[in-house]
Amino acid sequence: MRAKLDPPAPVPAASTIQVEVLVFGQLVELLGASSLSVRLPRPATAQDVFHAVLATLPSPAPSIPPLAFAVNRVHATPEAAVEDGDEVALLPPLAGG
Amino acid sequence: MRWPSCLLWRGDSVPHLTTERLRLDRLVAEVLSPERGGVATFIGVVRNHHDGRSVVRLEYSAYDAMAEAECRRIVVEAAERWPVRVAVEHRLGTLEVGDAAVMVAAAAAHRAQAFDACRYVIEELKRRVPVWKREHFADGSRVWVEPAGGGGAGNVPPDGAA
Repeated sequence: MRAKLDPPAPVPAASTIQVEVLVFGQLVELLGASSLSVRLPRPATAQDVFHAVLATLPSPAPSIPPLAFAVNRVHATPEAAVEDGDEVALLPPLAGG
Repeated sequence: MRWPSCLLWRGDSVPHLTTERLRLDRLVAEVLSPERGGVATFIGVVRNHHDGRSVVRLEYSAYDAMAEAECRRIVVEAAERWPVRVAVEHRLGTLEVGDAAVMVAAAAAHRAQAFDACRYVIEELKRRVPVWKREHFADGSRVWVEPAGGGGAGNVPPDGAA
């Protein structure tokens, strides 16, 4: 039986996703921007996006307030699946009214 | 007797967020109709103190697109729960003490439904609509407001209370 020698597989584009991240409130100051684009491996969750954003920060990371998530303008859990092209928002504690 | 719910009666074109001064008369006019005999309103006003400190103004900002969508969802929910018309507006930008930051008007045949719907809309707005505010104190310092309980839509971590 001949060993099948596969060439090293290039990472297919489909194995990663790119999402647009929006941040608000005090996060804008902490991150120095109100939006950024992050690429991360698929499958990914909202929480994964948050960690990818954290990874872009100089360490030690500044203190981050407790966050909620929205995916495509709808509230989402940290475990919510995120797809390529999604708009993911990191929401500091809401304070309307 | 039941009146038909008017889902999205306000339409997608009328924004719920504005930088203009809020006007209760205009909001009430939106919900009035001959068969509705009870109108409940709520006005959230910038107050001059927080946690014992002297507040001079608040600076409101929002995730505009989502805040609009969430306001629409809340209005639809209220109209599904009660035979009411509701209208809600939130002001953004820099507000001074005494300025109205949010107004809700709810009209129903009778007062109980109007009160219930009005309460529902303001409570859900505070819980779900992505709006933030920064307090400017008399001593010149500024602080982002983090409501007790952590705010957010129930998906804030349990240890997330501010």
